[in-house]
Amino acid sequence: MKYNVLIGGAAGQGIDTLGILIEKILCRKGYFIHSHKDYMSRIRGGHNFTQIRFGLEPVYSHWPILDTIIGLDKETVEFHSERLREDGVIICDESIEVEDNRVIHIPMVKFAKEFGNHRAAGSVAAGAMFKIFGEDFDIVKEVFSEKFEKETADSNFNAFKKGYEFVEKNFEFPKPEKRNQILINSNDAIALGALAAGVGFFASYPMTPATSIMTKLSMKQDDAKIVVEQVEDEISAINMALGASYAGVRSMTATSGGGYSLMVEALSLQGITEIPIVVVDSQRPGPATGFPTRTEQGDLDFVLFSGHGEYPKMVIAVKNAEDAFYQTTRALNIADKYQVQVIILTDEYLADATQTIPPYDFSKVRIERYIMTKEELGDVEYKRYKPTEDGVSPRIMPGKIEGAVVMIDSDEHNEYGHITESAEVRTAMMNKRMRKMEGLVSEIQEPDYFGAENPEILLLGWGSMYGPIKEAVDMLNKDEISVGALIFGDLYPFPTRLLKKYSQLAKKLINVEMNFTGQLARLIRQETGIFTDQSILNYNGRQMDSYTIYSRIKEEVL
Amino acid sequence: MVDTKIYDSKDEIAWCPGCGNFSILEALKQTLAEMNLKPHEVVIASGIGQAAKTPHYINTNGFNGLHGRAVPPAQGIKIANKDLKVIIHSGDGDSYGEGGNHLLHGIRRNVDITHVVHFNQIYGLTKGQASPTTARGHKTTMQFDGSKNEPLQTLLFAIASGCGFVARSFSGNKEHLVKTLKQAIKYKGYALVDVLQPCVVFNHINTFSWYKERVYDLGSTDYDPTDKIQAMKKAMEWGDDGIPIGIIYKENKETYIDKIDYLREGPSLVDRKWDPKDAEKYMEDYK
Repeated sequence: MKYNVLIGGAAGQGIDTLGILIEKILCRKGYFIHSHKDYMSRIRGGHNFTQIRFGLEPVYSHWPILDTIIGLDKETVEFHSERLREDGVIICDESIEVEDNRVIHIPMVKFAKEFGNHRAAGSVAAGAMFKIFGEDFDIVKEVFSEKFEKETADSNFNAFKKGYEFVEKNFEFPKPEKRNQILINSNDAIALGALAAGVGFFASYPMTPATSIMTKLSMKQDDAKIVVEQVEDEISAINMALGASYAGVRSMTATSGGGYSLMVEALSLQGITEIPIVVVDSQRPGPATGFPTRTEQGDLDFVLFSGHGEYPKMVIAVKNAEDAFYQTTRALNIADKYQVQVIILTDEYLADATQTIPPYDFSKVRIERYIMTKEELGDVEYKRYKPTEDGVSPRIMPGKIEGAVVMIDSDEHNEYGHITESAEVRTAMMNKRMRKMEGLVSEIQEPDYFGAENPEILLLGWGSMYGPIKEAVDMLNKDEISVGALIFGDLYPFPTRLLKKYSQLAKKLINVEMNFTGQLARLIRQETGIFTDQSILNYNGRQMDSYTIYSRIKEEVL
Repeated sequence: MVDTKIYDSKDEIAWCPGCGNFSILEALKQTLAEMNLKPHEVVIASGIGQAAKTPHYINTNGFNGLHGRAVPPAQGIKIANKDLKVIIHSGDGDSYGEGGNHLLHGIRRNVDITHVVHFNQIYGLTKGQASPTTARGHKTTMQFDGSKNEPLQTLLFAIASGCGFVARSFSGNKEHLVKTLKQAIKYKGYALVDVLQPCVVFNHINTFSWYKERVYDLGSTDYDPTDKIQAMKKAMEWGDDGIPIGIIYKENKETYIDKIDYLREGPSLVDRKWDPKDAEKYMEDYK
């Protein structure tokens, strides 16, 4: 049993805060939650909403059918009542004129004003919602007190109570056991991963939907004693991060497609200078400014091929908030181990989707730097680009070893890092750098597989499609349809083992992606010669939910 | 003082005979030697161009990055390791053209680095096009009818942007150059130094003697570099009436690192001790 609640209103009405409060309380009660946000690129007005789906089993994706709508404005009720189930409930202020027998009018604004806080209207609605779902007061007060100053917490709690008392219980709902879990989105997960893995320097320029990674790190910088710098542009962000990484600090940056475009020249600089770096591209629909607050998987091709010249790199897409944390720590270790760039692909859907997951296991995180000390280097002359069997040259921190200097150059260079025009040196250096690809291949993680053991239909997805496809496969399997899915996290170097196995078993291969051209399908063709038979694509800026995938497979494939 | 020979690089120098870069390089080596700095304690950062090859011709740490992008990595290096002396050597095209935005915000950020601009009013490596400092009307290998754009008033721009150390020197006066570089490197904050230098191949107007006849040393006048309005006037002086060299403007300011308690008082970022478990407490926010 899963329930789906939508909270909507204009920007500035506090939907975000209300959503977070409700989610926090439900999380502590032990519910599994998946929530996602839909908002417009503006500060005030417009129409924004948060959809919270919760239940007693894990929730992986959003869902189109609603059980309850909390409408802070008329638009919310008008836009979404079509998706409300017949015996659903609409909670809105008495001032909102709407004819629908599912509406429960509450003097939300009036109650809020009674407690001297007109912004507490949402809490009245939250109280009503809790009563409707047969929930108790447990935890509500503590969450309010953590979120607000005392006076505001009190007025919100009183407003909550007032709303609670105003309505009748409506749904019968089994109650969960309390469980040890956290509620987090993938951007915060990436920031937490970066903190755990010892990132010391983070430079970035605000760009939706990547910004909250920097915000989170910035909140913790004093405590963690790291530097988070908002720079003049993304060109500076990556060049500054490369400078800090050259000096020996673990460094990272994050942006979205437009900012990533500005970083591309410096990604190529990384290729030749071999300074470790991790870059997050939180995708939104392009081209250009596109849909600033919406989602797409449109940058895969771009990221794979970004940067002039040829050099090794790794591209990892994160699948959800749990994966995002561990993949970030892994990316940072791989970047240091092979002195390469690791690109983490995420998107707006993941950035704004919170999920209940088991707490991260920090004892699993390792910080592996591969930087030589004076003793490890010994008495030999230091050569930054010394050719080695695996292509990885010795790295030291400039300034730490007397007699050893670190020279890096964007020109082709010899083993000391000095400019060369020699054909032989060029060939040797290209070979050295490209040998690192072999190491990267050895690090590959195969995609996740779920579904039928011998699937007739094999779905292929990547990154944020994990949740929606997982639920869709479960639903199709319940309908006794033989479906399985491979969801790729590592995209470059490309993992081929499971793909080869399952593509031989399946009669039909279908790529399910949030883009126009089917970029995963193209990557698969390029790397394996395997063609997909059909595509399920969406590029309207809104993540396909599990129900949509389920329905489209039934309509378009079966 | 250490022997300047420890700064000698084995790299073959690709500059043209007679280039002003040679004397700037010698002055840099002498400055570092007189300041008793060892090669591993110094990073020379640069972008792309003839001046930007400087890191190859001196035995120190070096970061020869992208065109116009010398400033961001230089800042990153200093923020990461405050014990390093970070000095940028790049041309006027690199610093004021492609890198203009980084310079502006570098000044605002005020990381303790020195930015030496090899100022020859022409593009050398790409063979003679106008730079952001080329005089209006100056005919070049690209601007056949003369440059249509006004030259950037670089030092005026720097003072107006809040730079706390703004100076000019001349490649033809080594003593003055060494003295100026030393003051710039010792200055705590973003120090900008334009070094006038002839380009013997592509600039036949602003030649060695053109500069030589016009420069005059502020050090031998009663000029006060701490008066900002005076400094802005002084920064506008250019051409036949004389070109001032020396410190144009100086003001003590809090550096970037001074503004961050744990960096100012504590170890450099490169020496930060950290265990993944130290971050576990941040998970509390999500419970």
